[in-house]
Amino acid sequence: MSMETRAMSQALNTSLNIKSHVNHRKLIQKIGISILFLSLIITIFFLFIIVIFIAVRGTGVLNIEFLTAMPRKAMTQGGILPAILGTFYLSLGAVIFALPLGILTAIYLNEYAGANQLVRIIKMGINNLAGVPSIVFGLFGLAIFVKFFGFGVSLLSGSLTLAIMILPVIISTTVEALKSIPDSFREAGYGIGATKWQIVRGIILPAALPGILTGTILGIGRAAGETAPILFTAVTFFSRKLPKSILSEVQALPYHIYALVTEGTHPKEQIPIAYGSALVLLLLVLGLDLIAIIIRTRARKKKLW
Amino acid sequence: MNRKLRELIVKSILLFCASSSLIFLAGIVIVLFTQGLPILKYVGIGEFLFGTHWYPTHEHAEFGILPMIYGSLIITLGALIFAAPLGILSALYIAEVAPFWLKEIMKPIVELLACIPSVVYGLFGVLLIAPIVQKLFNLPIGLTAFSAAIILGIMVLPTVTSIVEDALSSIPKEYKEAAFAVGATRWETMTRITLPAAASGISTALILGIGRAIGETMAILMVAGGSARIVLSFLKPVRAMTSTIAAEMAETVMGSEHYYALFGIAIVLFIMTLCFNFIADRISCQFHKKFTATR
Repeated sequence: MSMETRAMSQALNTSLNIKSHVNHRKLIQKIGISILFLSLIITIFFLFIIVIFIAVRGTGVLNIEFLTAMPRKAMTQGGILPAILGTFYLSLGAVIFALPLGILTAIYLNEYAGANQLVRIIKMGINNLAGVPSIVFGLFGLAIFVKFFGFGVSLLSGSLTLAIMILPVIISTTVEALKSIPDSFREAGYGIGATKWQIVRGIILPAALPGILTGTILGIGRAAGETAPILFTAVTFFSRKLPKSILSEVQALPYHIYALVTEGTHPKEQIPIAYGSALVLLLLVLGLDLIAIIIRTRARKKKLW
Repeated sequence: MNRKLRELIVKSILLFCASSSLIFLAGIVIVLFTQGLPILKYVGIGEFLFGTHWYPTHEHAEFGILPMIYGSLIITLGALIFAAPLGILSALYIAEVAPFWLKEIMKPIVELLACIPSVVYGLFGVLLIAPIVQKLFNLPIGLTAFSAAIILGIMVLPTVTSIVEDALSSIPKEYKEAAFAVGATRWETMTRITLPAAASGISTALILGIGRAIGETMAILMVAGGSARIVLSFLKPVRAMTSTIAAEMAETVMGSEHYYALFGIAIVLFIMTLCFNFIADRISCQFHKKFTATR
């Protein structure tokens, strides 16, 4: 064999080797990506099966009477109106307390504060508040609002407890909204001689409105779905009447579901009511969050700057 | 002058509002400690933390919370074994492989599912998962650590997925481009460049997931069964710290030993979550520093 042919065959061999090597790598990639895809499918499956399970079991129970009637015969018949109203009042109350505080905090952090030690500590405090387990908020509400201030187990105590819990949500979404407004807006304000507060009120806040709205709705959704914080501060399993004042006990959807499943004495009649209540709660919370996400997406797309 | 004065007043009011979060956090700490520490008058700290008997209403009451700490940890561990691989791999698909439109759909869906109330997960666990577990392993009761771990895993899955996805997306494009330029396949780039680069972001996600899992109350209360004994099996009922507080607080009298003991559990719980948050914060801080510097 001449030198030339040997060199040629060698070159051919390496190129074949490389080719099979490349094929090998492509195969690994194919297998790998298939595994990733499979995981995503499993994840989606798990997440959807809950929604589907509740929807299937709950739809049969749902009708106008279920939504608008009082419960009857020791919670074995009738509707869940008091629980729906209770959840509505509780989340509304929580937002009334948390929204002003949250927005003003966000304005301070983003517009007024420099990068000093105090601001760092405040931010750390907000982060940690967001990580406090919900049952701990419940204990705090019990000790402070129910016992110390003497509000008793009431709508007021429950709303205040929930308000503290959703405060970090509202602060962080508002800060995000404020951050996304370009500095040229602020500079234009200074240019016409406005004070900082005038700029914030007249320019920044209106421009940040969609972002703030998103945060508010997310906060309402969170407050509506939580059970642990209102367990000792606001709820009762059964009330014959609708709440009369902010100092009366209320029923609430999440607690209603829990109580029907764990404390119910007539499971045969009460489990379907629990499914129905869960579906109502799920629709409420997912509906609210969907609205929030849509507002956010639209605001991002429509952005004028 | 008037304008300046007004600005000053506004600024002070805003600062006061901003401090409110700190005030609430301090309030929580003060409440927990003033209401929880008195339990140490009745039992020693070692007996409280490492005692294995929880008989709060007996004549000779015992307050050992080790079974609850164990319960919380074993459920959390189980949840993570289940949720971590699934969450990371799914996030990898969403961030690195999925076409743009799929990404745009998946992100809000994952976000939405993170908002499902825990009591709904609990209902699902009690009425679907528990009976399946009971049949599958031929158990007398389906409310076990295993069922609770599955439910908790499903609960933290969206959290883990979305934070990991964020971490993966924040890796600078140049890293991947450099890998492609030397002939790496997409898979090789993913596993050898993107994943290691996002390692600290991924650990943040897992730690936050653990924090969320340990603090979770209602679903575990409903699904875990609630036996306050240490049994080294996934297939037995257990009881977590959170669910003990939730289940027993209503029966206690303010100022009783039992009341103090439940607040004592809350102190332990609070310190644990605080630590996890602190660690996550540290890691994510470094992660951001690293990538804002390279950009």
